[in-house]
Amino acid sequence: MPILPVLLPFTAALVMLLVPRLAAQRGVALASGLAGLAVAVLLLIEADTGTTLVYHLGNWPAPYGIVLVIDRLAALMVLLVSLLGLPSLLMAMGGSDASGRHFHALFQLLLAGLTGAFLTGDMFNLFVFFEILLLASYALLMHGPSAAEAERLRAGTIYVVLNLFGSSLFLVALALVYGTLGTLNLADIARLLPMVQAGDAALVRTAMVLMAAVFLLKAAIMPMTLWLPATYARAPAAVAALFVILTKVGVVMLLRLVVTGWGDAAVTEGLLMPWLPGLAIATILVAAIGVFSSRRLAEVAAWLVLISSGTLMFAVGFATPRATAALMYYLVQSTLLCAGLFVLAGHVAARRGPLGDRLDKAGAAFGREWLLPAWGLLAAGLAGLPPLPGFIGKLMLLQGAGDERWQGAWWAAVLLSSLAVLVVLARATGPLFWQARTVPVDAGPVLAGVGGLAPRVGLWWLVAAGPVLVILAGPMADYTARAAAQLHARTSYIEAVLGPVLVQRERRP
Amino acid sequence: MAMLLALMIGALVAGGVWLLLRPRSWSVVLGVTLLGYAVNLIILSAGRIDRRVPPISGGENLADPLPQALVLTAIVIGLGMTAFLVALALRGLAALGSDRLGEGPVDTLSADDEDDDGDGEGTKGA
Repeated sequence: MPILPVLLPFTAALVMLLVPRLAAQRGVALASGLAGLAVAVLLLIEADTGTTLVYHLGNWPAPYGIVLVIDRLAALMVLLVSLLGLPSLLMAMGGSDASGRHFHALFQLLLAGLTGAFLTGDMFNLFVFFEILLLASYALLMHGPSAAEAERLRAGTIYVVLNLFGSSLFLVALALVYGTLGTLNLADIARLLPMVQAGDAALVRTAMVLMAAVFLLKAAIMPMTLWLPATYARAPAAVAALFVILTKVGVVMLLRLVVTGWGDAAVTEGLLMPWLPGLAIATILVAAIGVFSSRRLAEVAAWLVLISSGTLMFAVGFATPRATAALMYYLVQSTLLCAGLFVLAGHVAARRGPLGDRLDKAGAAFGREWLLPAWGLLAAGLAGLPPLPGFIGKLMLLQGAGDERWQGAWWAAVLLSSLAVLVVLARATGPLFWQARTVPVDAGPVLAGVGGLAPRVGLWWLVAAGPVLVILAGPMADYTARAAAQLHARTSYIEAVLGPVLVQRERRP
Repeated sequence: MAMLLALMIGALVAGGVWLLLRPRSWSVVLGVTLLGYAVNLIILSAGRIDRRVPPISGGENLADPLPQALVLTAIVIGLGMTAFLVALALRGLAALGSDRLGEGPVDTLSADDEDDDGDGEGTKGA
């Protein structure tokens, strides 16, 4: 059962290589997405009983074999992948999936890599899933209208090279961990870290910092930030929407490494704490300035992704149960809403002809009757206006994260960035929607990319996430509180993976 | 032996990083490759570099097979990534008419390394 969320998209991707017809591929993708959603819900219900599900691949016992671990946090993230994957898929069915023969296969591989990364309890296996999702993301990035190919290639090459460099760092970190601790299993690392000998301490610290740096790169934290807006704003809307969760992989993995792996082992003392909150705040501020400099709606969305990952990383720095719970709640809503903004930008771009999603006055009206309410809900949610979940999430984070020393900077950064988002989104409403009919110029027919019903369903799915998360705010907050409590009870994770009896294995020479 | 390996890794990383920072995609591809070699050596050295016997033979002082499995995976993934990067660079060359990376007008970059990659294909302009 725990392996199904990974296996489903993998199988679907393989099937798609056998059936080249687009309609058939779409059918398989939808079936896989719906089945994945059902499995994710079942897993969430099962994980919420409080047991940590462990799946031993090939039935090899941990720490020798690879394990997939499902606790409440992993189940939540798998469900989020499903909830984000389906609307992105629907958006892609509007036509952008026709721009490459293997679009759907790559899409499924990206989903498989994502769920695998969230589930695995083995660091090298995490690297493998990272590479699967990165390779799929590289290829998906190259899909889209041929007019913008040159721009996309430039941004894409930088994205690929940067991530290859990140992968190299990750491998170095893994080699150092294995060389010193003799294991790559997260639970085993957690067990062995307090027993590191003095001679190995420097190497272990280096390895852990390198690993954290890789996760920070994935989350695009300062100073490794500027690749993200350049890349995401140029990807096709459906792909960009799914990419939003790629940054969250970095956040969640760092959270797991810090809370489960490091715990309070003396050897990891002070690795993140003096500087992570500062970098996170710097990311938020840079992104807030970036929002103002955006000339296209997709750029605004990309900078919003950065604000979100800076906010989340600040909470990771403090990793108390309360901050973790707030982080999870904020993560879910900001992922869905940022993705919604990318999808909306795709709709707007396709309907405004040559203007695209630039924040300029449009010519003729372009179906704003149903886009406008979606825009309103999304914008209010992203700016964090009450009673939408952005407000609740930010409030929880403001109360839960930070200590006396950081309180002032933290509140200022979050509130200022919210203000910047509010101003920019409010200002964009005019040129994007209200002034649309003042210049009756023919904007041309609706471009390929969002034809048919599916993209609209995809958009409203993501827009509806806001109100639904408000209605479910109570149960949801309870769930994240339980998930945080489970995450911080480290021994339950370690014992679930390694078994209750911690046999002292022979130390490596 | 350990010092030799360390020096090799150091040289590979230094060369790789320097090439990565070059403005042309071909040097970047080479840089990524060199960096990959360095990483593979680091992984291999995680299994210790003294003389050991194969783990299937039994007896004392067995070699650790896991780093070799890890390095194999890393090599395969690295090969795939490099292939993709080469394809991307070629497509960029075709689409942009230049193998320069990064934003900004192509011609304002310094001309000191004009066609220094020696393949004679450095089509200027675009």
